[in-house]
Amino acid sequence: MAFELPALPFAEDALEPYYSARTLSFHHGKHHKAYVDNLNKLITGTDLESKPLEEIILLAAGDAAKAGMFNNAAQVWNHTFFWHCMKPGGGGKPSGELAARIDAAFGGYDKFVEQFKAAAVGRFGSGWGWLVLEGGELKIVSTPNAETPLAKGQKALLTVDVWEHAYYLDYQNRRPDFVQAFLDHLVNWDFVAENLK
Amino acid sequence: MSFELPHLPYSFDALEPWIDAKTVEIHYTKHHMTYLTNLNNALSNLPALAGRSIEEILSHLEIVPEAARTAVRNNGGGYYNHIVYWNVMGANQGSEPLGKLAKAIETSFGGFAVLKEQIEKAGLGRFGSGWAWLSKKTDGSLLVHSTPNQDTPLAEGLKPVIGVDVWEHAYYLKYQNRRADYLTNWWNLVNWEEAERRYLEA
Ligand SMILES: [Fe+2]
Ligand SMILES: [Fe+2]
Repeated sequence: MAFELPALPFAEDALEPYYSARTLSFHHGKHHKAYVDNLNKLITGTDLESKPLEEIILLAAGDAAKAGMFNNAAQVWNHTFFWHCMKPGGGGKPSGELAARIDAAFGGYDKFVEQFKAAAVGRFGSGWGWLVLEGGELKIVSTPNAETPLAKGQKALLTVDVWEHAYYLDYQNRRPDFVQAFLDHLVNWDFVAENLK
Repeated sequence: MSFELPHLPYSFDALEPWIDAKTVEIHYTKHHMTYLTNLNNALSNLPALAGRSIEEILSHLEIVPEAARTAVRNNGGGYYNHIVYWNVMGANQGSEPLGKLAKAIETSFGGFAVLKEQIEKAGLGRFGSGWAWLSKKTDGSLLVHSTPNQDTPLAEGLKPVIGVDVWEHAYYLKYQNRRADYLTNWWNLVNWEEAERRYLEA
């Protein structure tokens, strides 16, 4: 059974003005869709055809002969996860148990913001900034290209896409402004808290 | 010592309609400038490298102290690669390879059509950010290859003859996800006189 492009969890214009409908129409409708289509082409007629996405990612990870499959499968997963990390009216400080965990791990929300921005902005080239859970601890990491925490024994809690396609129509070269807007106005902390459970 | 941003050899709108003026302006005044600034910052504490050319440094990254090597590789590469890119493009270009370079392309690939196909394939196949190149090997023959991010042909002992930027910033405002269209149209911009000069000098 082929994979399908999941619908966005909000309307295409719901994240305006911080993330434009035009950006989402390309990012979801073209980039995310291309990863889904490419993955389907690569697995059709193979024994991976009926496997769950996570299993394909783990199977292809680190196997140079399966780089194309890994890239597309991981990008399908990363983008679906990224959409859920945003919501209209999101961002700002988290609350409750999650806030306490962030304070304990990073020494406060401001320190978390500083480190998350540094990781996302400092990723040279294309990639992702992440908040992950590893060995029971919260960590901030960045990954190049399609690489994903799942394949590194980490549980993803929050991500921001820092491929240029994620922000170029709205922010051009100003990646720091995009990451700041993401943190201030877009993060869906309810989703992050769910991932922590 | 510090490096400088070379003059763009044409106006921002000279590459229209294939690359729009806004893209050229941001690409040159922001992206290229940022690589330069970060390169100079990385080198500011390294007097031992003073007086070295950017080609020398990138061809021998091992001479850069380890703590600064990644910064020099990324930003020095970005500084150098973009100089090649701007110089091998121009307004009213897009004919065919010239002179001795045309002959070498014939010998190495069997013709311009094959070269085009290989460069487009290399550019399309670069997952993430990077470059597609036609480079000259030490034995004088030509090679099409791709480098990730801002890695340079120099670091592989190759001399770039032409290079096309396939970072999304190079084409996203006009082409969005259609990298293939950007690459096809790029041939309308190649300055083959400059390409041959680079080939003969390499
Ligand atoms: Fe993306
Ligand atoms: Fe560039």
